[in-house]
Amino acid sequence: MKQVFKVPESLKDVSFHFCPGCHHGIIHRIVAEVIDKLEVRTKTIGISSVGCSVFLYDYFNIDVCEAPHGRAPAVATGVKRVHKDRIVFTFQGDGDLAAIGTSEIIHTANRGENITVIFVNNTVFGMTGGQMAPTTMLGQETTTTPLGRSFIGDGYPLKMSEMLATLEGCSFVARVAVNSPANVRKARKAILKAFEMQVNNMGFSFVEVLSACPTNWKMSPQDALKRIKDELIPYFPLKIFKEKTIPDTL
Amino acid sequence: MSDSKKRFIKGNEAIAVATIDAGCRYYFSYPITPQSDIPEYLSLHLPEVGGTFLQAESEIAAINMVLGASAAGARAMTSSSGPGISLKQEGISYMASDELPALIVNISRTGPGLGGIAASQGDYFQATKGGGHGDYRTIVLAPYSVQEMYDLTIKGFDLADKYRMPVMILADSVLGQMKEPVAMGGRKKSTAIRKDWAITGCEGRRPHVIKSLYLEGDKSIEHNWKLAKKYKKIQKNEVMYEIKGCKDADLILIAFGSAARIAKTSIEMAREKGIKAGMLRPITLFPFPNQQIKDLSKDIRNILVVEQNTGQMVEDVLISVSENARVTFYGKPTGNVLEAEEILGQIEKLKNKKRV
Repeated sequence: MKQVFKVPESLKDVSFHFCPGCHHGIIHRIVAEVIDKLEVRTKTIGISSVGCSVFLYDYFNIDVCEAPHGRAPAVATGVKRVHKDRIVFTFQGDGDLAAIGTSEIIHTANRGENITVIFVNNTVFGMTGGQMAPTTMLGQETTTTPLGRSFIGDGYPLKMSEMLATLEGCSFVARVAVNSPANVRKARKAILKAFEMQVNNMGFSFVEVLSACPTNWKMSPQDALKRIKDELIPYFPLKIFKEKTIPDTL
Repeated sequence: MSDSKKRFIKGNEAIAVATIDAGCRYYFSYPITPQSDIPEYLSLHLPEVGGTFLQAESEIAAINMVLGASAAGARAMTSSSGPGISLKQEGISYMASDELPALIVNISRTGPGLGGIAASQGDYFQATKGGGHGDYRTIVLAPYSVQEMYDLTIKGFDLADKYRMPVMILADSVLGQMKEPVAMGGRKKSTAIRKDWAITGCEGRRPHVIKSLYLEGDKSIEHNWKLAKKYKKIQKNEVMYEIKGCKDADLILIAFGSAARIAKTSIEMAREKGIKAGMLRPITLFPFPNQQIKDLSKDIRNILVVEQNTGQMVEDVLISVSENARVTFYGKPTGNVLEAEEILGQIEKLKNKKRV
């Protein structure tokens, strides 16, 4: 009988530790499927970040280096400068990338480092217990915005994809979601494109994935999916913001 | 780059030349005075040998690029000064735990805070007692001449690879800016050892993981003791120091780096005056020559510690000396460099005191 579904070779055959309804597992699987499809598993180096995504090395069947909080793009820069023929990607949450790591992501993108960044945006600091992130929506209650986020004092939710797309050095920027089968397919397509850009030496590629955190949103997984559709996507639109077709050369 | 001739160069330049001669091809840094000669030299000369020079957006990014390049199996280094080294401590702590080799150069300046750009030895505690968070040490090398700026840079890379840990060079602007003839070469190729732990892509082997997160209590304890064992081994095997004129001495002066360089003249002046003074100069600040100081202080009890700070290394001397030793401290924390005459004055003062 033909096997039509299996664990990707780039993933270890173990259970995820993620909370019920969390989208990290789906995003891990998509990235692994893309690595398999491009047949680059033994050439790929992952950089894990601080937050729920730190355990990348427990699930991916590839070389992984852990980065300090927010510094994954800098660590990836160091790795890629040494191994120019390897595929290097970071996997970062919004607390990591959009707060403490804002400087590293902007400058790595601006230098056009030939790496891929998977940015998981669930509008909250997940691992530390649901504090406000720069991406937290206005009015959203978190453990540090008990009355809801207000733009007075807390500022507005940061749109990282839109910001990065303004940078000349950046080659590919897309925002996707995995809240429905159709969106999962689109997400896979965008992540494949991002890795293909790197394989083809096209420079810096970035995919933001809207992700559910039912535990810290204090919602059922079903309600979390609904929140992504009704609340997040209208503010964080799903689209390809930038796609270079010709690589930058001197 | 590598020739056996002597070149008349600045201390900072000697570090930059030695970086290339040691086979390091990856340098990441952020501009800060008084070490900028190092990135300026390497920005031109590293690409000539196929190396990578990258001016990072911050000290933190620079040290994390070093972390990445080191994890990838390459020799990597960064240089900075005081405030910049404080920012780098995050990455240094991670690299200590990750067991990643790297060379970090601190051409230190006065502090605390923004301080000033003049020579200071105020970063001794930060360099020798860990510096960042957690239970770790870095090997600290303290050159006192331009020749040693060259030699200890190469030695630093070798030690970093041997023990898989960050190594720091602690110098200052006096050493960075002064020019002296330096013998180079003798080392045509890198002595870099095979790094079969590096992340290179898992072709033909199981995946490698480089990490410092240990949530399980037992594993965290085990990891910390593993590091501690390594530091003990270093304390046993890697202590470097210089002893001069101590055989007949009534007084020993202990100093490192630029303070030792200045004090060397004071010792010569004292000898001319008939005062039997000798000097012990720690070259490794971690590991510290505790035992050598203990042994020496059994016979020569009058000890003068001279530092360009308000008293830091003196604490290590105090826990090293034999119980009858009398330790006197003379420090100068400001941006004004110590003068040989003022140290001589201290030596004479001690000489006139009744011996214990």
